[in-house]
Amino acid sequence: MNIELLSQYLVAGITYGTIYAIVAIGFNIIYNATGIINFAQGEFVMLGGMIAVSLHAFMPLPAAILAAVLATMIIGALIEIIFIRWLISPSVLRMIIITIGISIFIREAALHVWGESVRALPYFTGTEVTVFSVGDVHISPQVLWVTGISAVMVMLLTFFFNYTLLGRQMRACSANRDAARLCGISAKNMVTLSFVLSAGIGAFAGCVVSPITYVQYDSGTGLAIKGFTVAILGGLGNSTAAIAAGMVLGILESFSVWVMPAAFKDVVSISILLLILFVRPSGIFGSVEASRLKEF
Amino acid sequence: MRSRYAPILFFSAIVIAVQILTFATGRQQYLTQLTMTGYYSLVIVGLCMLMGYAGQISLGHAGFFAIGGYVSAFLTTYDLTQLKGNLLIGFFSRTGLIVTVQDLYGGDALVFHPWMACIAAVLMTVLIAYVIGGPVLKLKGHYLAMATLGFGTIVYKIVLGTSFFGAADGLSDIPGFKLLPGLEVSGKTAVRIQNYYISWGMVALGMLLLTNLIHSRAGKALRAIHSAEDAANAMGVNTARYKLNIFVLSAVFAAVSGVFLTHYNGGIGPSEASIMKSVRYVAIVAIGGMANLWGALSMGIVLNFLSLRGYFGSYDDAVFGVILIMIMLFAPEGLLRREVFQGAKKWISGRGKAEGQKT
Repeated sequence: MNIELLSQYLVAGITYGTIYAIVAIGFNIIYNATGIINFAQGEFVMLGGMIAVSLHAFMPLPAAILAAVLATMIIGALIEIIFIRWLISPSVLRMIIITIGISIFIREAALHVWGESVRALPYFTGTEVTVFSVGDVHISPQVLWVTGISAVMVMLLTFFFNYTLLGRQMRACSANRDAARLCGISAKNMVTLSFVLSAGIGAFAGCVVSPITYVQYDSGTGLAIKGFTVAILGGLGNSTAAIAAGMVLGILESFSVWVMPAAFKDVVSISILLLILFVRPSGIFGSVEASRLKEF
Repeated sequence: MRSRYAPILFFSAIVIAVQILTFATGRQQYLTQLTMTGYYSLVIVGLCMLMGYAGQISLGHAGFFAIGGYVSAFLTTYDLTQLKGNLLIGFFSRTGLIVTVQDLYGGDALVFHPWMACIAAVLMTVLIAYVIGGPVLKLKGHYLAMATLGFGTIVYKIVLGTSFFGAADGLSDIPGFKLLPGLEVSGKTAVRIQNYYISWGMVALGMLLLTNLIHSRAGKALRAIHSAEDAANAMGVNTARYKLNIFVLSAVFAAVSGVFLTHYNGGIGPSEASIMKSVRYVAIVAIGGMANLWGALSMGIVLNFLSLRGYFGSYDDAVFGVILIMIMLFAPEGLLRREVFQGAKKWISGRGKAEGQKT
């Protein structure tokens, strides 16, 4: 193995790692607001990509992406209002099953709307073959779009949660729901907002990665499992750690192709998930106490 | 005592009645789907035991079904002729554990006897279930759901990516399973009625086993775990051991039905291991009312039969998704709650209708 190949794997790993991290952040936002895992998170990514591809037929790319993100946010809000908002302290098992049901429903609806074909947005700049080289490592410009946009999204989220009133209200709700309500914050609206936010982030990620990974009616499930693995790896609810965990998983997965068939790539990442769950459910980065302080 | 076995006798009577009904109305073709329904129902009652009585969700039961099916399929089709000189193989073939069958091209192939394959499949499942179950069942809530989902996905990816398991095509041309002389599990039209009875006989046997288990000391312990695990622990119930044993038991139910259905269909594909299958099993148990074996069984019969007959068309998976959402939103205790079900049972037994029709 030479250094060029090594770097090439590294770039691929970082690209996928970024995608996983974004999905994991979506999980974390809803988890922090509600204490539930939204098993339909991967479907938001898929919906974002699919809607953008369809809309791109009649409008320029940036407009299509914006519209797709907005549409997915509305879907996210509707899901919360219809299925979750009116439940009075539902059990975890019940919430798991409901969100799984929602994810199946969205996936099947997508199958009937878009069919089984694989779609993709065009590359944001250049084409599939455009590369620019750093030494002997060739990088597609889309990879820079993915990592760049993800970085911007993370920064915006950090700003939102730390410096805006709304973001602070959401954090207050996740820290102590009852106390937040006593301060006049509508906890229910914050939960809806968390669904809107994570649907938007998921959809945007779906748009940005679709030129590289392609998008299909069932591509959400795989991403959701990876995203969840990353969320657990970093410690559930901790989004900064999720980024690091995303990189770790992406790179491990990328290098696993080197030692075993590519068909078993997913087996590697899920085995890591199981291992982490068995050995250290608080995540590799979080201490047990720290994982209780649910902060973005 | 009487009340415990009455439902099973009643159930057996319905099984016979349905067979006579299909014969009388000339709809013998339904027996094929009914036989398959029987095997799927076996997975469902096993899972019901785990979800309803031990209170543990499993989103990976299709994985155990596939392990059973694939191990048996592999052993009964993999040709051992090249290994003939091997001492172990020689021993197996002298004792009749390996049999000679005709392969596709008319030549002779040396394969394991289905009984041997079946036992190997079940042992394999028990082993995997124990290894996985130990750490998995320590988890709760989301972690438990995700760990079992992860296990299911691993099995799916492995069978999908392994060439000797047929990759995306799965394994086919699996010989019939001669249980006893004259009693064969296979999809041939000539043995259709016999297979219908094998399948439902297995279900009746499974129900007998599980109802006895529920009424035993272990069953009481399980219900204690379901309602309050910590309290049960404090009362001296070894909760971890009970949960693990039930997990393994339900895995064995899934594996056995995997073995039988594979021999019945003559093939198995990776879709049997898919997450959607696991979710479907969970959905049916949830509709049946979690801790309600007969409820799960009757919903399993109705929904699997309708699905296998193709009534849901291309909305097959969507139907199960919607059912899951609706049940969990509006009736999280299940459609067939214990009281409702027992009321209905009294009402139905007066009329002697088929089990499936009451819902």
